[in-house]
Amino acid sequence: MQVPKWFKVALAAAGFLALGVPAAAQGVTVTISCGSVGKGYNFCKEGAEAWAKRTGNKVRVLASPKSTTDRLALYQQQLAAGSSEVDVYMIDVIWPGILGEFFVDLNQYIDPKVKSEFFPALIKANTVDGRLVGLPWFTDAGILYYRTDLLKKYGFAGPPKTWDELKAMAAKIQAGERKSNPKFWGFVWQGAPYEGLTCDALEWIYSYGGGTIVDAQGNITVNNPKAAAALKMAKSWVNTISPPGVLAYMEEDARGVWQAGNAAFMRNWPYAYALGNSPESPIKGKFDVTVLPKASTPDGRHAATLGGWQLAVSRFSKHKKEAVSLVLYLTGFNEQKRRAIYGTYLPTRPALYQDPDVLAAAPFMGRLYDVFVNAVPRPSAQTKKKYNQVSSAFWTAVHSVLEGKATAEMALSQLAMRLERIKGPGW
Amino acid sequence: MPASRLTRFFYRVLFYLLVLAVFIYLVFPFYWAVVSSLKSPQALFQTPVTYWPSPPRWQNYLDVFTMQPFGRNLLNSAIVAGATTLIALLFGSFAAYALGRFRFAGKRPLYYAILSVSMFPQISVLGGMYVLIKALGLYNTWWALIFSYMIFTLPFTVWVLTSFVREIPVELEEAAYVDGATPLQTLFRVLLPLMAPGLVTAGLLAFIGAWNEFLFALTFTVDDRARTVPVAIAFFSGASQYELPWAQIMAASVIVTVPLIVLVLVFQQRIIAGLTAGAVKG
Amino acid sequence: MAQRLSLSARRARIAWAFLAPAVLVLLAVAAYPLFRTFQLSLFRANLLDYPLRPEWVGLANYAYMVRDLYWWTSVKNTVIFTVASVGLETVLGLGIALLVNARFPLRGAMRTAMLIPWAIPTVVSAQMWRWMYNDVYGVVNDLLLRAHLIAKPLAWLADPHLVLPAIIAVDVWKTTPFMALLLLAGLQSIPEELYEASRVDGASGAQQFWFITLPLLVPALLVALIFRTLDALRVFDVIYVMSGVNPSTMSMSVYARQQLVDFGDLGYGSALSTGIFFIIALFVVLYLSVLRVEVD
Repeated sequence: MQVPKWFKVALAAAGFLALGVPAAAQGVTVTISCGSVGKGYNFCKEGAEAWAKRTGNKVRVLASPKSTTDRLALYQQQLAAGSSEVDVYMIDVIWPGILGEFFVDLNQYIDPKVKSEFFPALIKANTVDGRLVGLPWFTDAGILYYRTDLLKKYGFAGPPKTWDELKAMAAKIQAGERKSNPKFWGFVWQGAPYEGLTCDALEWIYSYGGGTIVDAQGNITVNNPKAAAALKMAKSWVNTISPPGVLAYMEEDARGVWQAGNAAFMRNWPYAYALGNSPESPIKGKFDVTVLPKASTPDGRHAATLGGWQLAVSRFSKHKKEAVSLVLYLTGFNEQKRRAIYGTYLPTRPALYQDPDVLAAAPFMGRLYDVFVNAVPRPSAQTKKKYNQVSSAFWTAVHSVLEGKATAEMALSQLAMRLERIKGPGW
Repeated sequence: MPASRLTRFFYRVLFYLLVLAVFIYLVFPFYWAVVSSLKSPQALFQTPVTYWPSPPRWQNYLDVFTMQPFGRNLLNSAIVAGATTLIALLFGSFAAYALGRFRFAGKRPLYYAILSVSMFPQISVLGGMYVLIKALGLYNTWWALIFSYMIFTLPFTVWVLTSFVREIPVELEEAAYVDGATPLQTLFRVLLPLMAPGLVTAGLLAFIGAWNEFLFALTFTVDDRARTVPVAIAFFSGASQYELPWAQIMAASVIVTVPLIVLVLVFQQRIIAGLTAGAVKG
Repeated sequence: MAQRLSLSARRARIAWAFLAPAVLVLLAVAAYPLFRTFQLSLFRANLLDYPLRPEWVGLANYAYMVRDLYWWTSVKNTVIFTVASVGLETVLGLGIALLVNARFPLRGAMRTAMLIPWAIPTVVSAQMWRWMYNDVYGVVNDLLLRAHLIAKPLAWLADPHLVLPAIIAVDVWKTTPFMALLLLAGLQSIPEELYEASRVDGASGAQQFWFITLPLLVPALLVALIFRTLDALRVFDVIYVMSGVNPSTMSMSVYARQQLVDFGDLGYGSALSTGIFFIIALFVVLYLSVLRVEVD
């Protein structure tokens, strides 16, 4: 990724004026663990080095493992042992509640005004028991990919607005395409028993008005008829418009089928947008993205599960002030702008979605602004350290419904009981 | 007689068919890794599946070395796996000699205690090991890995070699004793040559185990000073968190596997030498 | 008599001197981590608490374990996995060992090929098989369809009936070389004269196998079986990569890891690890008594 020199200079100057990063003590080395080798690491390194140059400090940029589970395991081990090896960690949006106790409360270091420049939902997701444990760096949300050419071919005016429409359209396109391509399927998504299924299933349930598994007050709400209806709907896709193998699909499995031109619709994160439009892609220019469908019921609404990454400062850091300064710089307006334009990382600051340069580089960001701003967080803030237990119980229950091992009602009532036991006297 | 010649021919054909079947079963997935490593990201997702990359994309191999200091990772792996193997074999053959040849109180419990070390899942010793490595100041060094790999290579080596020591006739050693050799000399001059197949086997398996280990290597290193190849591969990513840079991962895997193939080819002779050593005894 | 005693005492001292390096290293590497695991299993402690606040609960973790249905599901899965994969690996490994022990052209190539599956890091090969098993663009379905062995693509990793066999097939592919190599080493230490003598006596190939090869292979077989079983009972990567934490496939280690890492539950996770330890120990005792091998 080549960044023009003028841009770096302009950025450094603008950043200096706009942010007014406190002058740091000379010559300390701040270690940041971010991105895995490749684009993520390079972008992080460029940003961090720009900060170092401006503040007269040094940075050591560590790559992190690609798999989020490996990453969580590694960070836990380092933090639990009180290691001061790493000052700044890049953490998943569901981790503030899990790892929160190991990070400093940024409220004590930053101007409250800075907080208001970010999406409020993201600041909320980073606030655990009143402590601000991370600043949002880039965000993510589930979206619907659809084949514009196929929609036209089969006489559809636009993408589906409801799940019923999606099912009907997918079935029709699939039946037609099967004549020439026996491998064609209507709709692919993430159905393997892992965190990704929690994201997908949360979207279904929320779009039916069935809540967010555990509500903001910490009450377990998942056992309700709307949630059951949502799961029944998803169950009805398997082996009709979605391949039976979808129950083992993760993001890349779905993208594989989609990008080979073997699916009419896909639920995925925005990352697949640029890849689908890469020069050699068979579906280049033949697809578009939109908000995921809603339920046809009166209280149906569009939903997108919130993803994305935050930056947090370790409580064992020996250079907390400088570390906070680095976090402020990286999450600042100009650095996020650079990342949005050259790396299509979704900004966490609303202002950037109105920025002409950003919109010119990534037009879909403007169109999907509402999706990103209204993205539904998983119940990690309220369930805190028990979030992984909640999520695992949830995806296990959903998977058993999709497999046909349990009815939606049965699975949800058992899930509610299980969640009550995980909750105990309180989260 | 022609009938029996026919049967022999038939058996021969059957034998080679069997060899071929086994060969394909073992090698096809590796072939698939090589093919995948030469495909473009688009060709990977192509249907119908293509069995030959056209044109082969060598860029994937270059990427592996330019994305990060993969050469350094290879060196780390070689040193860690090599040292682990040597130490495990040395200490293992000492222990095997004692366990296979000497009588002493507490031998049986010790034998089982050594085995029991490898009965815990790796993940459960991780926390304690981390604290230990930190306390010893080995964190992010080759020694952290060599040291921690003893937990799975040493018990195994001791067991394999002990069973080999027991198979060796006692008379040979006694002859050496009569000639006035010390126990150490006996071990090195008489027993080790006879244990060759066991040493090669245990050594190879220890080497491969250390070469491929992931969890400890991930946890006890932070940068490329000591990071080994399997971990380096797990750090590859594409344009985003979700994208799997499959071709590069496969290219890296092929690169990691090649030294092992070379190793096996080199030790071919050793394995056969072990055979002859076993035959000339007595 | 006195002289003999002092001789055996001296021999014992020499033995301990030879054992010292291995024992000291193992004590250093294993003693503290293993002790800590035992100890933590008696506490309620969350890795994610800062500072760690362990609370003594005695055997409560074990009491919960006995009632935990997921644990027993994982035990069942692991035992099925172990019996099936170790069984198949032994048969196949013995076959391959006999094959490459025979003299034929290209034996060297075969011996090298034999080790390839073992040489690819498990984290990678499990991913690779996941890829090959994909229902739409996977090569496994493509090959089977071409060979007309199946009529339509199978969802190997999604079908609850296929996923465990599919995983076992990967493990067999991956670890048969281990078996084969150990057995090959065992075969090579059988003296050639025994075969020659039996040939003179007119024994058939099958008789040679049953009365010479197999009995003399028992020590090597035992070592191979013990270590494969030990590994199979601790299986983690291949199951985790192929099907995640899924009750229909999860192994004991997958479940223990989920408790330890994903949930940060040090106490219960350690209790599960200790449980795994005892189950493995049970298998080892079983082998030793069934195969009747004397340690002395």
